[in-house]
Amino acid sequence: MELLAAHPHAHVAFTEEQRLAMLDRPLESSGELLYDAPDRLEKRTLKPKPEDLTVEHGVLTARRGRHTRTLELAAYPQLSPLIDSLRATLSGDRAGLERAFAVQLEGSLADWTMHLTPRDAAAARVVREVRISGSRAALRSFEVLQADGDRTLLTLGPELAP
Amino acid sequence: MTRAGAVATLLWGALALLAALIVARASYTADLSAFLPRSPTATERVLVQQVREGLASRLIMVAVAGADSHTRAQVVAGLAQRLRSDPAFVAVNDGDPAGFSAASQLLFEHRYLLSEAVTPQHFSVAGLHAAVGASLDLLTSPEGLLFKSRFTRDPTGELPAILDTLAGPSPRTQDGVWSSPDGQRALLLAETRAVGSDIDGQEAAAVAVSRAFTAAAASTPGASGRVSLRLGGPGVFAVSARSTIREQVIRLSLVGSLLIAALLLAVLRSVRALLLTFVPVASGALAGVAALTLGFDTVHGITLAFGVTLIGEAIDYSIYWFIQSRPGNGGDGWKQGVWPTIRLGMLTSVCGFAALLPSAFQGVAQLGLFSIAGLVTAALVTRFVLPVWVHGSLEVRNLTPFGAALARLLARLRPARAALLLVPLFAAVALYAHRHTLLSRELSSLSPTTSQEQAADAALRADVGAPDARYMVVVSARDLEGALSAAEAVGARLTALVDEAVIGGFESPTRYLPSLATQRMRLASLPPPAELTARLQEALAGLPVSAARLTPFLDDVQAARTAAPLTRADFAGTALAPALDALLDVDSSGATAFLPLTPAGGGELSRAALASLAAAAGAAAPGEAQLIDLKAQADRLYAGYLRQAAVLSVLGFAAIVVLLLAARLSPLRVLRVVAPLGLAVLAVAGLLVAFGERLGIMHVVGMLLIVAVGSNYALFFDRMAGRPPAAAPLTLASLLVANLATVIGFGVLASSSVPVLAALGRTVAPGALLALLFAALMARSGEAAPGAAPPPPT
Repeated sequence: MELLAAHPHAHVAFTEEQRLAMLDRPLESSGELLYDAPDRLEKRTLKPKPEDLTVEHGVLTARRGRHTRTLELAAYPQLSPLIDSLRATLSGDRAGLERAFAVQLEGSLADWTMHLTPRDAAAARVVREVRISGSRAALRSFEVLQADGDRTLLTLGPELAP
Repeated sequence: MTRAGAVATLLWGALALLAALIVARASYTADLSAFLPRSPTATERVLVQQVREGLASRLIMVAVAGADSHTRAQVVAGLAQRLRSDPAFVAVNDGDPAGFSAASQLLFEHRYLLSEAVTPQHFSVAGLHAAVGASLDLLTSPEGLLFKSRFTRDPTGELPAILDTLAGPSPRTQDGVWSSPDGQRALLLAETRAVGSDIDGQEAAAVAVSRAFTAAAASTPGASGRVSLRLGGPGVFAVSARSTIREQVIRLSLVGSLLIAALLLAVLRSVRALLLTFVPVASGALAGVAALTLGFDTVHGITLAFGVTLIGEAIDYSIYWFIQSRPGNGGDGWKQGVWPTIRLGMLTSVCGFAALLPSAFQGVAQLGLFSIAGLVTAALVTRFVLPVWVHGSLEVRNLTPFGAALARLLARLRPARAALLLVPLFAAVALYAHRHTLLSRELSSLSPTTSQEQAADAALRADVGAPDARYMVVVSARDLEGALSAAEAVGARLTALVDEAVIGGFESPTRYLPSLATQRMRLASLPPPAELTARLQEALAGLPVSAARLTPFLDDVQAARTAAPLTRADFAGTALAPALDALLDVDSSGATAFLPLTPAGGGELSRAALASLAAAAGAAAPGEAQLIDLKAQADRLYAGYLRQAAVLSVLGFAAIVVLLLAARLSPLRVLRVVAPLGLAVLAVAGLLVAFGERLGIMHVVGMLLIVAVGSNYALFFDRMAGRPPAAAPLTLASLLVANLATVIGFGVLASSSVPVLAALGRTVAPGALLALLFAALMARSGEAAPGAAPPPPT
């Protein structure tokens, strides 16, 4: 956690794979992930369609084409595990993480995995578990297991130039 | 008591009883209606309707401060829960999304009628492909979780599209409830069942909120005694205005009466005389309220507060009588000598107040009627009833020595009267120096609430981010369908203006309730089952979802094709009903749709933006739609009042001159009577602006009152000029005492925290004093030969 907290800024490539029961095949996308301490997170999807998601001060802003939509995360507890887990991990906010999740850590410093189970009942109805793995201070993957069996796997690539 | 005296007393008693009966039936109001026009134009009607009954008028803004954010949130949640079970509230919103579930169910069920995306193209192969593709994009983003469970029923994304058009700005959320931008106060919005003009209902609602807050705080650990409540909104404002006015009426009349009583006791040294002086005043006040009850639907509280000044004026008559009816007062009896002068003075006052009667501004018109009835009654009671009750004359203190001293002082001051020529000069300089801030231009300056309350309300409004609904397009039609169709035509043009960033956005009732024609058109866009199945098969090529999974969608579309149209009744009881009701007004005379506009980037709309909006509204629905800027409308209304008050004041002044000429005063004597009054008005206007006041309606009305009240003094001086000097001391003494009583009455008003009351008092109190002084200085002295006095300044 302390190692993670040492990064005030991060900029990495990602690939995402979503497996939804109602879909015939997984959806794949890729782009860049940007993080600025303490709580700004941006997910810039470049393929297959450009999309920009920004979370800052608890507000999610989504830009797709000409449309911009903003959501207050606090109003949607079912969304918060997705955002909070990543944000808290990136900022090394252990207390914040443990407030929202039951945290179970396994593996070694060189290859660790965190199992996060939402404490909030509304959140738990949607998200069963968030699995974050990494090596030392680098995050490797971020996986969301939804209560209905759907899952999303976000794989983080190497650090990009700022 | 003589037979005639007994008749007068009986008549007085019967009339007083009658007036009391009428007054008992009076209905009083304290809302803003006093400031609204009596016969509004079509656009003013919108303003009036919005102020009295619009959604904004029924909104109570609640802020909870103190303790920590978590505790505040718990208190607000507890408060919301209690208010939701209270039938006095139509809707209670604290940012808790649960309140929206029923509404969202309604929207989802009728999505093919409500979604603006539903067109024949939308359900073509290409349209379906694009729509399903976009829904999949949404599905894979975090917010997709919100719509995922409904994807197979709504793969074309109609619900997200509807929610996009309905989403308005809302406050930020903290610990699950709304909070102020700085995070220091938790917020809640409650919509009352009572309309804004129902002040009793609003007061009950405000009390219910306070009680629920106390209970919620008591049942939240760590909250009791640490959290505080603040309420705002037009209804709360009206309630506070009413209690302010009520408190002011009582306090001002009490203070005024006590001060005047002290003055009279000091001067007359007779308790009996003191009690008797209040008989004409009380009779006048009773007659005034009775006249208002007969003349108007409701008596406005603020009129009663203005009426406090009547005490100071009506008491003059009995003061003149007590002081001047002493035996040996220049040989003239009361009835032959003093009464005609009082009568003429009373008539000039009535002339002045009568000029207020035609005012479109109800508060002013009521003030006029109240004062006329009050003054006439007070004068008649003084003339016909008081002398019956007091045989001969009452043993009051002899003021002759005091009056003689006054006369000597006056004689010494008179040579300096040339200095009065400086008055117009001073006034001109002051008015010129402040020419840019001379007039008050905003209707809000008439508000019966204090400026602190107005500031607190504005702060709360900013916290909530409540739209002030200043700009709107109003669409009027013969029936609901006509209004909705026209609103849709206007909406299409407004959408184009949003795209051009002329405006930031707009609301429309048709987003909740489209016209039947549009609903039918949307249903006609839905292909029959076999056709849709075939198109969907083709459209899904290349997409990661198969038609087999979307059977619920096919079923829902089929069900929608045969479903009944959406009507206003479907919204009853849902969280959407208040929003729709606020945007739609249907009555027997027709239907009106309101489309509030949000300026791009907040603030005001530019002149160019207003022009293109007006053009768009006119082109979309000629004769039915018009653009309204409520604030400009209100300020125009105010400017109209101000202009009218000025015109009426000038007419009143002219009427007084005509009356004096008709009373067979020579033009020169009339000039002598009105010149000091004109000077007093000029001096007061100069003083007010020099002290930084912006002149408004009440100042203008006040100036007319200076003339109406001051003419009494000038007439006495005019009368004195032709009489033996023996009568002068008593007349002088009575004038000064009467003047002081008037100054006290208006001076008490000047101390009021209510701006309109203070404005009237600050104008008339110094004005009456100056009118007496100027009239005394400019009067021909009894000894001087006619024509020897210098000509009055022009």
